[in-house]
Amino acid sequence: MNVKVIVRGKAKGSLLVAKNPINFLGGIDKKTGIVHDKKHDLFGKSIGGKILAFPFGVGSSVGAYTLYSLKYNNCAPLAMICLKADLTTASGCAISNIPLVIASKDDYDLLQENKEVTLDAVEGKIL
Amino acid sequence: MELTKDEENALDGKQGETLALAYRTLVAIGEASNADRLIPIEWAHLSGVNYNTIGDAGKEFLSQLSRDATFKVKTTVNPMGFDFDSVSNYKLDDKFIENQRSIKNSYEKMGAIPSYSCIPYEIFDIPKQGTHVSFAESNAAIYANSFSGLKTNKEGAFSALASALTGKSPCSDLRDDDVRKPNLTIRMKIESRDELTYGMLGYFAGKVAGSSVALSGVNDLDRRSCKSLCAGMGTSGACGMFTFGEEEGEKIDFDKNEMQKIHDELNTSESGDLITLGSPQLGLEEIGDLALMLKGRKFQKRCMIFCPSAIKGQIRDLGYANEIEHAGGELLFDCCTCLSPLVDNKEVDSVVTNSVKGAYYLKTSNKVDVNLKSLKRIVQEETK
Repeated sequence: MNVKVIVRGKAKGSLLVAKNPINFLGGIDKKTGIVHDKKHDLFGKSIGGKILAFPFGVGSSVGAYTLYSLKYNNCAPLAMICLKADLTTASGCAISNIPLVIASKDDYDLLQENKEVTLDAVEGKIL
Repeated sequence: MELTKDEENALDGKQGETLALAYRTLVAIGEASNADRLIPIEWAHLSGVNYNTIGDAGKEFLSQLSRDATFKVKTTVNPMGFDFDSVSNYKLDDKFIENQRSIKNSYEKMGAIPSYSCIPYEIFDIPKQGTHVSFAESNAAIYANSFSGLKTNKEGAFSALASALTGKSPCSDLRDDDVRKPNLTIRMKIESRDELTYGMLGYFAGKVAGSSVALSGVNDLDRRSCKSLCAGMGTSGACGMFTFGEEEGEKIDFDKNEMQKIHDELNTSESGDLITLGSPQLGLEEIGDLALMLKGRKFQKRCMIFCPSAIKGQIRDLGYANEIEHAGGELLFDCCTCLSPLVDNKEVDSVVTNSVKGAYYLKTSNKVDVNLKSLKRIVQEETK
């Protein structure tokens, strides 16, 4: 599928797909990458080492620093796929060098949990 | 986005990781906001200076970045959490002080002018009309667009930082003259007006407007009301500028009813244990005004007054500082009401202020109640 590139890069790994938006500042443990927001559908799972798909980010723009901390602590996602680009996620991926792409709604709905994919955030493709 | 060859090279890391990070940020924000290219900017004003706003992760990030990063254009910075010269008079834990010092050192190492002010438009010379700048402080961005003839988006901490490192910004939103033209007019229908009325008008406008809004029936703004209007607008929404007079398109009224709703939202107490003035910080003109209003009077409770250190010498020389301190006011420099750790909810339950922006952050961040009233009423009711 074709995607819009927000932050360039390449990644290969398995998909972790969230239904709910993510609040990086309040919802993720920055030392482990585990989702600790009890109301979130990924509660208890780690976003580290995965290709993380979620609709968009919400909450304080300081959440961008959480992504930086995750990368620093080696528990950041390999890449991220969103439905729309919010500035917190875009800035956070940019300063942390995590590839970020935007998929259309139809394509996003095709993403399957645990499926191995190759994300090319230079050409704008997911295979 | 179309990038020049130099920009592509920098993005690819051929000029080092710091510039790659800065260009990644500009391109990411540009792609997210549908910019077609980057354009040069002459001045960056950064937010994310107070340790209370960026925390340990922000502090660490800036410390890493400052190892080999240098700002490329004139860069000024927002207030810190406290005033280093007077911090020993306050009960603030040493850890906060050390963390704030680290952030201060990182910004200064990268070449920031140590302005620690949210009113850069009042303390620095303004570049020529139409110049593009990158202001992250919302009241300053709105003021720059609406009064100073400059062009900026309501930048975030990261886009302004990336602009400081590269001298560029994505060309989107309010950098485009078509977007600067308002498609909504708010008709000011309140007759009796002061800075608080204008702060609430701004807060209302921020909630209902898009990128730019027209205000009609407004023609008597003094400096205090201008700043209050900009700060109120920046607090409640994404709107980044206003013009005066009616425009084509939708029109709505700001009347007593709307104003009452906002007052009810922000005013949660009929009195306060402490007074804060200065969000945005008070400039020379407002400090002079305040000194005059306080002549022969004394505050009946603590009153913290926030201003930039750029005016410290002048207000001493002109006798204003002496007048204010004689009335019991505490002058604090380099910091501001918003997110100040000096307002501690273990010690005060409620705060008196005339600032709509201050009220919002006192409630949401400091978690204290607010008694919101005009400066005139504060002087009448809180001094003798």
